[in-house]
Formats: sequence, C-alpha cells, structure tokens
Amino acid sequence: MTAIYTLWLRQIKKYLRSKSRIIGSLGQPILFLVALGFGFGHIFEQAGQGNYIQFLAPGVIAMSILFTAIFGGIEIIWDRQFGFLKETLVAPVSRFEIMLGRTLGGATVAIFQGIIVLFISMLIGFRVTNFALLPLALVFMFLIALMFTALGTAIASVVQDMTGFPLIMNFIVMPLFFLSGSLFPPGNLPSVLNVVVKINPLSYGIDGLRGTLGQMAHFGLPADFVVMVVIAAALIGVGSYLFSKIQV
Amino acid sequence: MENIIETKNLTKKFGDFTAVNNISFSVKKGEMFAFLGPNGAGKTTTIKMLTTLLAPTEGNITMDGHDVFHQQNKARQTFGIVFQDPSLDDELTAYENMDMHGMLYGIPAAQRKERIKTLLDFVELWDRKDSMVREFSGGMKRRLEIARGFMHKPKILFLDEPTIGLDPQTRNHIWAYLKKLNQEEGLTVFLTTHHMEEADRVSNRIAIIDHGKIIAQGSPEELKQRTGKQTLEEAFLELTGHQVRPEEASSVDTLRGQAKMWGRRR
Ligand SMILES: Nc1ncnc2c1ncn2[C@@H]1O[C@H](COP(=O)(O)OP(=O)(O)O)[C@@H](O)[C@H]1O
Ligand SMILES: [Mg+2]
Repeated sequence: MTAIYTLWLRQIKKYLRSKSRIIGSLGQPILFLVALGFGFGHIFEQAGQGNYIQFLAPGVIAMSILFTAIFGGIEIIWDRQFGFLKETLVAPVSRFEIMLGRTLGGATVAIFQGIIVLFISMLIGFRVTNFALLPLALVFMFLIALMFTALGTAIASVVQDMTGFPLIMNFIVMPLFFLSGSLFPPGNLPSVLNVVVKINPLSYGIDGLRGTLGQMAHFGLPADFVVMVVIAAALIGVGSYLFSKIQV
Repeated sequence: MENIIETKNLTKKFGDFTAVNNISFSVKKGEMFAFLGPNGAGKTTTIKMLTTLLAPTEGNITMDGHDVFHQQNKARQTFGIVFQDPSLDDELTAYENMDMHGMLYGIPAAQRKERIKTLLDFVELWDRKDSMVREFSGGMKRRLEIARGFMHKPKILFLDEPTIGLDPQTRNHIWAYLKKLNQEEGLTVFLTTHHMEEADRVSNRIAIIDHGKIIAQGSPEELKQRTGKQTLEEAFLELTGHQVRPEEASSVDTLRGQAKMWGRRR
C-alpha cells in the first residue's frame, strides 16, 4: 500500500510543480473548443443537432484526459532511460504495486487536466445541466484516465526508447481521439467509420461524459459504464503483465 | 567468517552472447569486496543478477540466507545499491528522493526524518536538501545516491563504479565514507571500479572477471605476489592483457538528446 501511495504522490508532486506544462497542455483543448466550437457552431445548429459547444466540450475534456493519461503512462520510458525505474525495481515491493501506483498517479493527473478543461468549457459557454450527475461524470473521467494510463504503461513496457513516439502519436493516440464520438455524433455514420467508432473504447467514455454532463447518451450510461470498466480492467491487466516483464 | 553472498554457476546469456559465464564466488560478511574487470567483462550484468534486476540464465544466488530469485523482497531488504548509471529523480529535491526511498522500504515517518538528517549530514548535503537534484554536480549526485542506498540500513551495499567521472577530492571523500560505514557499522561492500589504486587501498578481497569468467581471486597482496608485480594495476594488466576494450555509449547520453527534442527539461 505504501509503495502505491509513494509512487502516486510522486506523480502528483511533479505535476503540481510543472506549471508551464500544465498551462502548455491547455493550449490544444482551448484551440479545439474555440476553433471548432465557434467555427462549426452554426452549421451544427442548422443541421438540427443543437448547440455544438454543448456537444463538443465532453469530447475535448476526454481528449485532454486521453493525452495526459497516455503521456503519464509513457513516462516509464524516461524513467527507464534516466535510471529512476531501477531504483523502484530493486525496492522490496512487487512490480504490480509499482505499476498500480504509477498508473493511479498518472490517472489522477489526467483527471485534474480534465477538470480544468471542464471549467474552461464552462467559461466559454458550456452548461452543466444537472449538477447531481457531476460525481458520475468524474467516474467516467477516472475510467478514461485509468484506461489510457494503463495503455501508456503497456506501450512503454515494450518500447525501448522515444524514437517510436511519433508512431505512437499518429497511429494510436490521434486515431483514438478522431475516430471516437468526440467531434461528431456517433449515429448515422458511413458503415466502416461506424464500426470503428463502436469498437473504440474512448467513444464510450465520451458518451458517458455527455450523458452525465448534460446531453443524451447515445449508447446509454449503463452500456458506457460496463464497457469502460471491462476495458480499463483488461488494460490494467495487460499493462501490469508487460510491466512485470521489463528488464533493465 | 560467514558468507553473506554466495553464487553458484551463475550464467547470463543475451541471445547467443554469454555475458556472464558460469561464475561462482562468495563474499564474506563485513568485507569490502572488489569486483574488477575491463569494460564489457560482465560486472554490471553480475550486479544486476545479484540485485534481482535480471534473472540468471543458470545458477543460483543466496544473499544473507535468502534465495535471491525466490525470495526477492527478503533479498531486496538486505542490500542497497548505487548503480553505474544515475538513478535519482532529478525533478525532485534531495530530501524527496531520500524520503521516497524510505517509504518504498517501509520505514516509518519519524524514523525516516531522523535517518535522512543523519545521512545527508554524513554526505554533507543537508544544507542542499531542498534543492532539485538536477541542480547538483556529478559528485553531489553520487553522494546522494550513496546516502540513499544506505537509508534502509542494508547489510550489503553494491557500488557499481561509484567514482566514475569524479575528481580526486570527491573520490577520496566517498571512499572515506564507505570505509567508515564498513568499519563502524559492519557494512559489507561490493564494489567495482576502474581505479586500481582505489581497489588496492580499500578492498580486502578482489575477484577479477574478464569475458564473463572469473580469472583470479584473492587479496590485493596475493594478486600482486602471484603475478610478481609491484602494483595492482600491473597485476590487473598482466591478468587481463593489454588489449583495449570498446567503451559503450551510455544510453542516457543518447536519450538526453531525444528528451531535449521533446521539450522535456532534464
Ligand atoms: N541487455 C543486454 N543485451 C545484450 N547484451 C548486453 C546487455 N547488457 C549487457 N550486455 C553485454 O554484456 C557484456 C557485459 O556487459 P556489462 O556487464 O555491462 O559489463 P561491465 O559492467 O563489466 O562493463 C557486454 O558485452 C555488453 O554489451
Ligand atoms: Mg558496468
């Protein structure tokens, strides 16, 4: 338990200390909210889909969680190369505890980012319709964060160094984001895209966020929840297995 | 005297390449044991196996009565280690690095506080305790790593080239600390170094490894006598030959470049 807490605390400390990184990572979500939100707003409304910011904000919140979470997991590569990972691996604790502590830390940081983006969205016009559902929204944020930190951990456990980073960005992170229901409604899509969106776990996370932050959930909240829990658990399983195989 | 480390027929293969080839040796409790060899001889690989980081391909290791492979956490409690490459979190302070180590080893808060004070005083870093490690010089980082490795009162301290890249003042300082810990606390020290005069001065016993095999063992005096040489350096060269071994680029160097590329400050 102490080991999990220790490694969690490390991530939080480092996050709170890196003000420039916090602010830097808010640029992209703000850009998405402003450019897309206001840019496509009237077209979306004309198509009878309602207020676009209202639709887009949960997607952008999920995006910032996704990016922060994946990076949080991938940080293992730095720790391995800069040597700190060894220090944890020779400590008298199991690899599973180390993996879990790091993953929970990364996930907590990602939730912080998500919450900040939620506030920013509210500043530019997003309305939370039912505050009673806010705790549930946090649950979905946590599930998204956990799932993708674990994915980052899994990736970082098999990739040796950062040379593969562009590959990870362009073939995993970006597709996860763009091919989810983040920017467009998941219904009425061309069939291939429809299938892709349906097998992308992030779609369910975003749908859950929409459902709890003031919109209709397309797949339904229970379905969103079950899919997210199952896949997050599976990725933690895979992540800790691969982490346990790391040789330094 | 009783053996605190025993290895039997220890072998490590990376694919077809045998880095450590069927070595057996033992280290006695309370001694300073030097493990010497040219670059690529297999020293670090051996230390990684001794410290549970690498699984041996064959053979077994007992440490303070625990089987290192099957009782990993018991074995881990008994040793501290200063790695060849840096292993501090340089985005945390010296104090935080120490504290985190203490937490990972299950030391209660009050005891951690006291221990950190004692050890940081000991390595003369207490007044820099709240500085980020990234601001430290190489020698300060090394001293901090030694203090950290000793935080949980291990019975054995592994030091893999602890004085590499340090000036003679700092090197002397560090060996003086270790000698003191060895004499006052009965700490067993397992060290590697390329400075033969250091090994000669501090170690009770030496094993020389080359191409993954131990080619000589004994006290510094015995090794000099056996080769008929005046100094340990000459004896070492006599035993391992004069051929120059390739030095490996440290992975950290290549990565620092990449880290910069990705805008990480390290
Ligand atoms: N992970 C690895 N994969 C392949 N070869 C390795 C690995 N680690 C070490 N080696 C090789 O094993 C040999 C011994 O390395 P090492 O134990 O680091 O030597 P030393 O510490 O004595 O300089 C070297 O030839 C090195 O290239
Ligand atoms: Mg080495």
